[in-house]
Amino acid sequence: MMSSFVLFVVVLIYLALLFLVAHLAEKKKSKIWINNPYIYALSLAVYCTAWTYYGSIGVAATSGLNYLPIYIGPIMVIPAWIYINTRIVRISRVNKISSLADFISLRYGNSRSFSAIITLVCIFAIVPYIGLQIKAISETFHLVTETPMSKNILTDNATFVVILIALFSSYYGTKYVDASEKRLGIISAIALESFLKLFFIIILGLFVIYFAFDGFSDIFQKASKFPDFKAKNTFNGIEGAMNWMILCMISGTAICILPRQFHTAIIENRQEKHIKTAIWFFPLYLLIFTFFIFPIAWGGRLIFEGQNVNPEFYSILIPQHFNNTLITVLVFLGGLSSSISMIIISAITLSIMVSNNLIIPYGLLGKFKAENEIQNTRNITNIRKFSIFGLVILAFGFYKYFILKTSLDSVGLISFVIIAQLAPAFFGALFWRRGSYKGAVVGLLAGLAICYFGLIIPQYYFSYNQEVKGALRGLYDAFDFFNIPYLTRIPEIFFWSILINTGLFTILSVSMKGNYRERNFAELYVDIDKYIQNHENAFIWRGTAYVSDIQNILERFLGKKKTEQAMRIFNIKYNIDSQTETADSRFIKFSENLLAGRIGTASAKILIEGVTKEDKISLKEVLNILEESKENITLNKKLTEKSEELKQLSDELSAANKNLIVKDRQKDDFLDSVAHELRTPITAIRSAGEILADDDDIPLDIKREFLNNIITESDRLSEIINDILYLDKLQHGEIALHIQQNNIIETYKKALNPILHLIQQKNIHISEVNLLNHYIFEYDEARMIQLFQNILGNALKFTDEQGTIQTKLSEKDNSLIIKIFNTGKNIPEEDLEMIFDKFYQSKNQNILKPTGSGLGLAISKRLVEAHSGNIKAENSGLGVTFTVTLPKKTRNNNEVEQ
Amino acid sequence: MKKILIADDEHKILMSLEYSFRKIGYEVFIARDGTEVLEFLKTLVPDVILLDIMMPNLDGYSTLEIIKQDRKLDHTKVIFLSAKNNPKDIEKGMEMGADAYVTKPYSIKKLISQIEELLNV
Repeated sequence: MMSSFVLFVVVLIYLALLFLVAHLAEKKKSKIWINNPYIYALSLAVYCTAWTYYGSIGVAATSGLNYLPIYIGPIMVIPAWIYINTRIVRISRVNKISSLADFISLRYGNSRSFSAIITLVCIFAIVPYIGLQIKAISETFHLVTETPMSKNILTDNATFVVILIALFSSYYGTKYVDASEKRLGIISAIALESFLKLFFIIILGLFVIYFAFDGFSDIFQKASKFPDFKAKNTFNGIEGAMNWMILCMISGTAICILPRQFHTAIIENRQEKHIKTAIWFFPLYLLIFTFFIFPIAWGGRLIFEGQNVNPEFYSILIPQHFNNTLITVLVFLGGLSSSISMIIISAITLSIMVSNNLIIPYGLLGKFKAENEIQNTRNITNIRKFSIFGLVILAFGFYKYFILKTSLDSVGLISFVIIAQLAPAFFGALFWRRGSYKGAVVGLLAGLAICYFGLIIPQYYFSYNQEVKGALRGLYDAFDFFNIPYLTRIPEIFFWSILINTGLFTILSVSMKGNYRERNFAELYVDIDKYIQNHENAFIWRGTAYVSDIQNILERFLGKKKTEQAMRIFNIKYNIDSQTETADSRFIKFSENLLAGRIGTASAKILIEGVTKEDKISLKEVLNILEESKENITLNKKLTEKSEELKQLSDELSAANKNLIVKDRQKDDFLDSVAHELRTPITAIRSAGEILADDDDIPLDIKREFLNNIITESDRLSEIINDILYLDKLQHGEIALHIQQNNIIETYKKALNPILHLIQQKNIHISEVNLLNHYIFEYDEARMIQLFQNILGNALKFTDEQGTIQTKLSEKDNSLIIKIFNTGKNIPEEDLEMIFDKFYQSKNQNILKPTGSGLGLAISKRLVEAHSGNIKAENSGLGVTFTVTLPKKTRNNNEVEQ
Repeated sequence: MKKILIADDEHKILMSLEYSFRKIGYEVFIARDGTEVLEFLKTLVPDVILLDIMMPNLDGYSTLEIIKQDRKLDHTKVIFLSAKNNPKDIEKGMEMGADAYVTKPYSIKKLISQIEELLNV
């Protein structure tokens, strides 16, 4: 036994926890919350309301297996979400859809009236359902505290709980004026509640199975002694199966279309891949839930056999019976969670519909057009806040004055059947291009009429008004031939209403042409996968519109800054000049989208229509344009592929171009160096010539010296020119190698002999070290002689008098290794590689300028590379070593690129 | 007697310049690189210095920079003699404070008259 006060405090603490979770999630926006598919999947469990917590147990105890279809229907349908919901999510995302009413009415020509009708249907279906949740909270509260129900609203604790819930929803549910925004705070709180309600029912289930009884089989055995046990736990033949099937259809439809399910599954979907997690996680959640219904229901019957208690409240009565206050309170909190999460989400979704699809389009658009952004935002938010309160109060009133005596199960099912009337229009929107506004509305109204006469009147009027009842009875008897003997009342009405609804929808759609706007959106909905990238292109609109007029409207709702930002993004996306004055169809659609989240799609259209002038366009034209645009999209895809290829090609070209530029600069540098190298001998020749020409009394020995200078410098000039040309030929592979078997020792001797006297002149000691086993190698002998002479000549230049040059021949890893060492000044470390560049000497100021073309080492490097070998220079303590490595088998490879 | 210091690393170029300036009555000093130039300038104040740019050990630019800091050489004319004949190179040489920039190959006669002109001004 628990006092009212303590329980109320517990409830307050519990609600504070929810506030805290919502607050933290909203504030932190960390990746764990945003990217978590389980939060999304758990939030879908808003499906399990007090009906599941209490009602289903009542059904299981009194009418047997009929509690199951409510869960089996969804479990069967949910796998299809991977296809259906993925598409709905896409459609909703690109069109900024924020409610079920927007989703359906946009497809049927963005009709204001249709969206209003859908809103009213949802209110009539859902408000009593919310009332039921309030009823459950109130009744269980009194049950737990064992206090009598209070007639006075002000002393009823449920009243306060409901007000708190309304406050919570209106605060967190209207944080964003754009209703298509995700409400992270609310959804996180709902997910937590879903987790807790499952957790608590598992505790209760285990308590019943293992504490109250000796395991599951104990309950089963004992319960099977009830005379009605067998009948209640079998299908009851074809008749039961038919009812079952239809109930599965009802709940399977509801799981897709119930406004709160549409909201959590579509509007609050952050990533399409979360659907993948949801399609296994959510059915699993439902299965676990249903698993515990059976033992609780039959355990309850065993415990309370013969007592007059409401089986719907077994889950609270059982722990109470065993005086277990903790579990009693936990179950109460679980039920409370189920109820309030349903109330919160339903109230928010309904308030969005009431504001965006009813109040704003039918009353406030004119006012909004004149106000500024801040005022408009405040107005929109206020409308939603008051709608939430209004709806909760309406539901409260409904609970107090209509449904005190009704069971949870029946009101829930009636609500499902009414909502199911939206199914033909809803699924038609996804799959059928021909479905038209007229067909959808007429079908819906007919279906609703059947529901009203078949379900609402008997449910509410029969129980309250005896006089009306008599008159109605006669009327109903007249329609007796519609009775289907197999079906109970609710499946029967569902069958007829959906049959008539779908029939009228189909017949009218096929026999009457819809208008072009419907057809336009039909294409967009059915072919969403094609249009997902540039959906604005799929919108067909023709007429006169000015960007400035539309911008003016946008600023009234988005503010100046956001409008400019959005327009900039639009211009970039479609490559449009920001100075463009006239608006095209893409901009119209884009603007409607921007407004849609705030005031609904229908109002957005009306506002934009107000400042633009649309030309008439025939259905045939629309179809043609759509056909074209579809072709364009295919073409576009091909073009994108082509353009990717082109991009790759252009990347390659640009790389090649860069390479060419580098090469070109190298060539320029080279020419510069060549010119410079040529000028030096020319200067010497010219000076000598000038003196010889002008000076008649020049002494003979000096005259001879000048003449000699002219000769040697002329030789130097031709040497440079020859080397340049030779190097060029080597680089372009124009010099063929004659690779043959030769004796390396003999080749070396041939190279050394002509320059031996120069070496001896300088008093340099030259020696050879031969570590070879055999002397025959494959190479072009003439080139090899040139190579030896270049390296030896270079060594000669840089070796001081009395120095040493040593050549070492060896073999390693199938390569011939030639090392030529000379004593002399070291090469700066950073230049070791550059000495093989052309004209290295002249660029380097640290070495004395030697004679020669400055190309000897560059030519040597080319020669070695033409033999597939490599050459390098190393410093040692005493001097410099050049190492040439030649592979034994020389591939003719004289086309080595730089 | 006017004093001229000639710096170049090409022996044959030095030879003809030395001969020509001696012939017209200059006292000629020969340097093979920048460091030799600086060595001379410790004791010598020439009227003209002919500087090659690309010389080993210390190039013409660096040599000129040091010359420019020596107050006693304020009246010495410095002329670059270089095979580098890009407008950019010439501009750079003049900016560094050379009195003239003569590109190789040059006419000795014109070189002499250019020097005489510089010295008479």
